[in-house]
Amino acid sequence: MSSAPDAIGTAVIEAFSKIPAWLERSEGLTTRGRFVDCDCLLGPIEQPFHVAIRAGRIVDLVPAPVLMRSWRFSYCATSLAWAHYWQPMPRPGWHDLLALTKRGEAVLEGDIHPFMANLQYFKDVLALPRAYAQVAA
Amino acid sequence: MTGHAGMTGHIEPIIGRYVHVEIGGEMHRIYFEENGKGIPLVCLHTAGSDNRQWRYLLADEEFTGDFRIVAFDMPFHGKSNPPASWSGEQYQLTTARYTETIRAFCKALRLDKPVVMGCSIGGRIVLNLAIDHAAEFRALIGLEAADFQAPWYDTAWLNRPDVHGGEVCAALVSGLIAPQSPEAARRETLWAYKQGGPGVFKGDLFFYRVDGDLRGRVDKIDTKACPLYLLTGEYDFSCTPEDTRRTAASIDGARVTIMEEVGHFPMSENPQQFRRYIAPVLGEIAKVSSLFSTQGAHV
Repeated sequence: MSSAPDAIGTAVIEAFSKIPAWLERSEGLTTRGRFVDCDCLLGPIEQPFHVAIRAGRIVDLVPAPVLMRSWRFSYCATSLAWAHYWQPMPRPGWHDLLALTKRGEAVLEGDIHPFMANLQYFKDVLALPRAYAQVAA
Repeated sequence: MTGHAGMTGHIEPIIGRYVHVEIGGEMHRIYFEENGKGIPLVCLHTAGSDNRQWRYLLADEEFTGDFRIVAFDMPFHGKSNPPASWSGEQYQLTTARYTETIRAFCKALRLDKPVVMGCSIGGRIVLNLAIDHAAEFRALIGLEAADFQAPWYDTAWLNRPDVHGGEVCAALVSGLIAPQSPEAARRETLWAYKQGGPGVFKGDLFFYRVDGDLRGRVDKIDTKACPLYLLTGEYDFSCTPEDTRRTAASIDGARVTIMEEVGHFPMSENPQQFRRYIAPVLGEIAKVSSLFSTQGAHV
């Protein structure tokens, strides 16, 4: 796994914290995710977030750890991987969530049924910073 | 009648028909589309999709002057229904069955030493054709082809009642499309995956992941008997450029091209970009074929 400079890590965490608001602006995405109700762990491996999704909307996003908070699945990647993934035109091998797991820059674990059953939704939600944030890679 | 007599909408030159082909001792009704005249060029679609992936090439006048381009739907795919004997058991493609299907189709159409171009599973089977049946073909082209690729997901997710098969198949392969590919072409490529029959993509991947491992066999390929071209998109993380280069390294004379700004579905995800790379290959095949026929006339 790759480590990123502190500035990239800070920018990635900041971008993650804004995903709920960006998702609210994406009506097509919340409509597509209207059956998604899930508590999951998402974000940078170094600083993941507990994310509560109800009817396709993120109703809670707080930095882990939270005492005795459980999650159903986790998708966490290195800060460098998120920074690459969010580039307007990502480089080959850094352009998809499962490309990142294949190259060992991300880890998917837990009960991944909600992730797989709503795969395009999660890919698109986690790509929202590509359109809204400018994170240097 | 109003004043539009004689006017019609744009009708593409592609013709679609069915041919009855005996595969595994049973007659199959195989749907195919074709256009052009000249060297037969048979195109193989990717796992879980169908011949619509080739519609841009089939309508490309730069190629249809020299090539009779033919693209068929594998049984269980597109408009080629399962055979009459199928009673609902799990579909599973094998190396032997895939090879037999292609050879039987070519024979049924009486194609004279065709070129075969396949993508993904089609690219893999092209390598098997090169190993075992090179003399039957004029040239072989493997797109996104390698002797083996490391798996990157569990195919059990592709066919289970609590996950929508079309949605998960399309979402999985969506990452294999290059970000530069036009949005409409991306969506059209994924649409075929959303329309596939239950378990068909998974059944194709049995060949890709399990039965069709060609490691240790590709060094038997004789490119003097049949030229072999391998073209892989830089954004394909399923069959990576490194997978293709590794495969080619053990095949004397194999020609490798890495395509920029293209992923796993070059012919459908970005037809304009793909033609930049395939045009020189088809041009070379046409030129060699023409030289050969000219020399043959002098014999």
